[in-house]
Amino acid sequence: MSGIFHSSIGRKFAMALSAFFLMIFLLLHFSVNLVSVFSEDAFNQASHFMGTNPLVQFLMQPILILGVIFHFVMGFVLELRNKNARSISYAKNNGGANSTWMSRNMIYSGLAILAFLVLHFIDFWLPEINTKFIQGDISGLNIDGNFRYYEELVHKFENPLRVGAYVIAFVFLCLHLLHGFMSAFQSVGANNKYTKALQGFGKAYAIILPVGFIFIALFHHFSH
Amino acid sequence: MNLTLKIWRQKDSNTKGQMVDYKVNDISEHMSFLEMMDVLNEQLVNSGEEPVAFDHDCREGICGMCSLYINGEAHGPDRGVTTCQLHMRMFNDGDTITIEPWRATAFPVIKDLVVDRTAFERIQQAGGYISVNTSGNTQDANAIPISKEAADEAMDAATCIGCGACVASCKNSSAMLFVGAKVSQYALLPQGQVEATERVLNMVKQMDEEGFGNCTNTGACEVECPKGISLENIARMNREYLKASLKG
Ligand code: HEM
Ligand code: SF4
Ligand code: FES
Repeated sequence: MSGIFHSSIGRKFAMALSAFFLMIFLLLHFSVNLVSVFSEDAFNQASHFMGTNPLVQFLMQPILILGVIFHFVMGFVLELRNKNARSISYAKNNGGANSTWMSRNMIYSGLAILAFLVLHFIDFWLPEINTKFIQGDISGLNIDGNFRYYEELVHKFENPLRVGAYVIAFVFLCLHLLHGFMSAFQSVGANNKYTKALQGFGKAYAIILPVGFIFIALFHHFSH
Repeated sequence: MNLTLKIWRQKDSNTKGQMVDYKVNDISEHMSFLEMMDVLNEQLVNSGEEPVAFDHDCREGICGMCSLYINGEAHGPDRGVTTCQLHMRMFNDGDTITIEPWRATAFPVIKDLVVDRTAFERIQQAGGYISVNTSGNTQDANAIPISKEAADEAMDAATCIGCGACVASCKNSSAMLFVGAKVSQYALLPQGQVEATERVLNMVKQMDEEGFGNCTNTGACEVECPKGISLENIARMNREYLKASLKG
């Protein structure tokens, strides 16, 4: 058991586990965001629950943050080791002949996602933590006594530059997942008679979620 | 046809190498790639130059000695063939062909296009065998029931000739396809079960120590492998490794 996380296969296993966790979280995040398109009220309720429930705030949120950090740090570790495994590169290499662009550039799509996550933290997470835990206001209400979550969301998506950055980031997320989804299954050793069927599901997941996030951002930008 | 060749020349493992341009004329499209290289070397010898060193032996796609990274692909642009089986009809008159050695830290260049692939042998020695008592009363292999499916899959895995094209094609110089095939050919058969746990642990440990990279599952190896070894073998090795790690 001891050597497993110091081995190439062990590292990729851990990478895939963190990726599965992130993909489940992404689905949850998407579901909550989607609610904002249909009902201001329901979105406020859901946000208030997620933002104040102690289980979510003090157990699931730290696990998520650690999961994200683990994933990108391990991504850098793997990239570095892989680069070292070829000290002299080819004068001519035709990567497109045998593999997809997405699979060869996971580190770049990942870096784009990381840049987005920094922006996203500054946009939403830091103000939330500031209001709730530094100013001590966990009521979730604005000065008029209504829930503040929906109006804050709408306000954020007024700036076209921010909306543009979000759209670009989600394109990279799509590229990351177009390879990553199936890759995670292969990393944990799941390659069998269900793989063909799963490929279709993976493609759908990798496209529908990012396109959905883009739709939600554009919806709030243009509809208010 | 007349061709321009850009070939990696390197005197020995301690000397820096570089790409050198050569011209060859009147190459028949029926020649194999290595026959074309023979024509070049004859030309070089006749003009008193050092011929280009490259590996080869059987010249019929079974020994795994020939290598060569041709125009950015291991064993050249054709599929399911080794360099010795590659025909010159895959190229056109006037083409420029770039020829490089396999590139991997674990496969250092010995001379020109010849690389040291003994890392593969050390991986095999770490566990790529079964211990069979050959005392004279060995059990007939046909007496052991094996399903057709398992026999076929084991045979497919065993067709790996250890050429190293998988490592050469992989952006990470990962040896996972080779090791996956070597683990699978035993994991699928009853004879391989006795040593299954130590086998996969030791072979993967050796693979990592040799300095091969991790697997990003790009699938480049499967496409470039002359024997069509499938990625399923890598998934099987991952399962075997995880299972063995829990046990051992
Ligand atoms: C925070 C920034 C991120 C970085 C820097 C990053 C980086 C990487 C890298 C380098 C790999 C390839 C590892 C390899 O096989 O060599 C990878 C794989 C993967 N990533 Fe990310 N990633 C990030 C965020 C995400 C997010 C948010 C998700 C999902 C919602 C995700 C899902 C995946 C999946 C599914 C894989 C495939 C795992 C495998 O091959 O086993 N990544 N990531
Ligand atoms: S798996 Fe294929 S490419 Fe790799 S060593 Fe074996 S035969 Fe060559
Ligand atoms: S020389 Fe034997 S496989 Fe090519």
